[in-house]
Amino acid sequence: MASGIRDKVAILGMGCSKFGERWDKEADDLMVEAFEEAIKDAGIEKNQIQAAWLATAIEEQHVGKSGIPLAQALRLPFIPVTRVENYCASGTEAFRGAVYAVASGACDIALALGVEKLKDTGYGGLPQRSRGALNSMFWANLSAPGSFAQLAGAYVAKHGCNAGDLKQAMAHVSVKSHDNGTRNPKAHLQNKITVDTVMNAPMVAAPLGLYDCCGVSDGSACAIVTTPELAKSLGKSDIISVKALQLAVSNGLEAQHNSWDGSYFATTRIASTRAYAEAGITKPREQIDLIEVHDCFSVTELVTMEDLHISPEGGAIKDVLDGFYDADGGIPCQIDGGLKCFGHPIGASGLRMIYEMYLQLLGRAGPRQRKQPPVFGLTHNLGGFPHQNVCSISIVGRYGA
Amino acid sequence: METGILAYGAYIPRRRLARKSIADANAWFTPALRGQAKGERSMCNWDEDAVTMAVEAARDCMTGLDRDRIRTVQLASTSFPFADRLNSGIVAQALNLSPEISSLDVGSSQRAATAGLAAVLQGTGAGGQALFLASEKRRTKAGSTLEMTSGDGAAALLVGAGKVIARLVAAHSRTVDFIDHYRGQGFAYDYVWEERWIRDEGYAKIVPATLAGLFGKCAVEPGSIAHFCMPCTLGKVAVSVAKKAGIPEAAVRDNLHAVCGETGCAHALLMLADALATAKPGERILVVGFGQGCDALLFEATAELRELPPRKGVRGYLARRSEETNYNRFLAFNELITLERGMRAELDKQTALSTLYRKRDMILGLVGGRCGKCGTLQFPKSNVCVNPACNAFHTQSDHAFAEMSGKVNSHTADQLTYSPDPPAICGMVQFDAGGRLMMDFADVDMAEVGVGLPMRMVFRIKDYDSQRGFTRYFWKATPAGAAKEA
Repeated sequence: MASGIRDKVAILGMGCSKFGERWDKEADDLMVEAFEEAIKDAGIEKNQIQAAWLATAIEEQHVGKSGIPLAQALRLPFIPVTRVENYCASGTEAFRGAVYAVASGACDIALALGVEKLKDTGYGGLPQRSRGALNSMFWANLSAPGSFAQLAGAYVAKHGCNAGDLKQAMAHVSVKSHDNGTRNPKAHLQNKITVDTVMNAPMVAAPLGLYDCCGVSDGSACAIVTTPELAKSLGKSDIISVKALQLAVSNGLEAQHNSWDGSYFATTRIASTRAYAEAGITKPREQIDLIEVHDCFSVTELVTMEDLHISPEGGAIKDVLDGFYDADGGIPCQIDGGLKCFGHPIGASGLRMIYEMYLQLLGRAGPRQRKQPPVFGLTHNLGGFPHQNVCSISIVGRYGA
Repeated sequence: METGILAYGAYIPRRRLARKSIADANAWFTPALRGQAKGERSMCNWDEDAVTMAVEAARDCMTGLDRDRIRTVQLASTSFPFADRLNSGIVAQALNLSPEISSLDVGSSQRAATAGLAAVLQGTGAGGQALFLASEKRRTKAGSTLEMTSGDGAAALLVGAGKVIARLVAAHSRTVDFIDHYRGQGFAYDYVWEERWIRDEGYAKIVPATLAGLFGKCAVEPGSIAHFCMPCTLGKVAVSVAKKAGIPEAAVRDNLHAVCGETGCAHALLMLADALATAKPGERILVVGFGQGCDALLFEATAELRELPPRKGVRGYLARRSEETNYNRFLAFNELITLERGMRAELDKQTALSTLYRKRDMILGLVGGRCGKCGTLQFPKSNVCVNPACNAFHTQSDHAFAEMSGKVNSHTADQLTYSPDPPAICGMVQFDAGGRLMMDFADVDMAEVGVGLPMRMVFRIKDYDSQRGFTRYFWKATPAGAAKEA
């Protein structure tokens, strides 16, 4: 039986660029911005990094393929650099690569960096792009909001709840994230919104209106990881360690087999169950202190609360409206503003979430710091469509906890 | 065994453009259009063309019948989406017919369908059945009379030996290079000569001469004709031709001008399909096709007509109707205006022909898989069964999904993705017998869509590659309820 990743790897330093419409910056500028913060935080020299992972998803819009863009941006000394892409889980995938490399003993210090420069398409929203020769011939013509919107109708049909109540709870999700975003200078959007604004916004894909959708931005985030022992020897006393890293990938079941009802994420349920086991967490609602989930759309966040086994099935609407996931609630969700306020530079998002966990665990989150610094924080990414997707879960926490 | 018509089918697109909307938009330039602003014409949705309509008419025709006996597919049109790619071959693939068939595209004249049908009827041996299709989506200039009088539609006739519903009594043709209109190679639109000349020198002389030849061949009294199917958009011409030939005025059939418009070369067969839906055994049906001459085909309905499985036919599809009053949408669908379609429309839609060929059963025929071990239906067919309790390797055989019924599992109206007719409505369709597919919906109003809505499959345009002139086809889901109106 594999022993898992728990407490085998420590985060030595992290960095995150300002997210937003960075019209004056190239991808390499954003990479350097995130990296300089991380290397300073880590307290090491660049040449001590022995391997690196680069996450980008829509590379054809900016840096192109391979690990070269990262190696060149930082002038890394001919070390191994691997580019990873796994839809919206790409950033967490880079982190997983670096963490596994350290855990295996293949290297002492590794870098995971994600970057995406999406604002050079000429239009809002994610770039419209080919899905491959055969897929283009038969996949439905649907955008990201078009696919995630379908969760809502299926959720209402399954739980027999009121579509208006669901829409109200979805609005609360977005309003809460915008409240949190006002306390984060790195967020793309730092404005408050009201429930009325969300409810009355133009429809993008029914029932998702404009404010049910996260934006698209440019950004970069990174982590430098090492072993807990090395972290201590490098002078770190407050050690944040990796508790779990899990990934679940659809095998076609949801898209092609009638056992899935369309109202939840099959992958998230499996990945979170495995992650809790790996981290030694038995009662997530009591033990997890903070979560950052993939709120590409308000409805995604809402159903994810159930798929993470925190809200009971059919109970997310109540928890959301009760404020359980608000910044001052039981388990704050998107305390940094989430994708809703950061936008979604795909390769960077997973690392941006871990960055917030890292700051909160160390008590360094400034005006949005939880009074009682958390012990366990969970991040979640969901890439693709509800009917076929990649889900990543990471749990980080205080070393030894 | 006797040969003749074994079955008929039709297809008329759901959208009907009010002629008033054409007149309202264009009468400032051509005031005469006001006088024609009555009734409505059928119009293809953005994802329909002569091939997709032919597929639907063929499916209607083959309702309750065995497709395996078809040995020939012929398609008549003057608006083929492909100038050089066998259009009838696309239809055959969509119908999942055996490759062991012959096929032919017939074109170049408004008489293409009657001439082709006559040839098939007279040439069919006892060997196998011929599926003869006619389909038309004529391009017309904005504000033209043709825009007013034309409609889009298709008809299908199954011809062969067996349970003949209508036998061919006689056929006669004349070929005269009378150019009432023409469309030069490489030109999109027709060039039309004066109506009065067409009426007096064309119809009034060429059709009666043809009918005289027809009746001279057979011992049939013109007065015994019960259904006279003669397309002509010029007023009263069919009646005067009938009168001249001795055919009772009451036999002159409605040319569907008020509700459909003239569906180009398909129209004579559409009127025949309509006549067959109401004809009684023993009644005689005379069909006339006009264009650089004339074809006249005389049929006699048989008692087998009553045994034919029910189908939608012309009236069924006319009842499946959605009024269109937005003339601008018609213009945009037919590329008669340069619409700002946004950058998302710029995506390269090149089709990998080698991929399409490899997957032609899947893409054009909607053929998926059935696991031989656990029986699970799945789309697409793959090497490993999707059933988590099975997951067997290499157990799947072909399974055609196109005629299977399904229900909506989830859905949305997507305003973000590029669609020629936003919002793009799509969702997960779950087939009643198993299998599912996230697919585009066609001919649907968001207000009627809900979880559990019954759906049927329709063959449609998936994408059009305007850079290279290639039409990419696939199947979409449409509410099945609409079909029950028949």
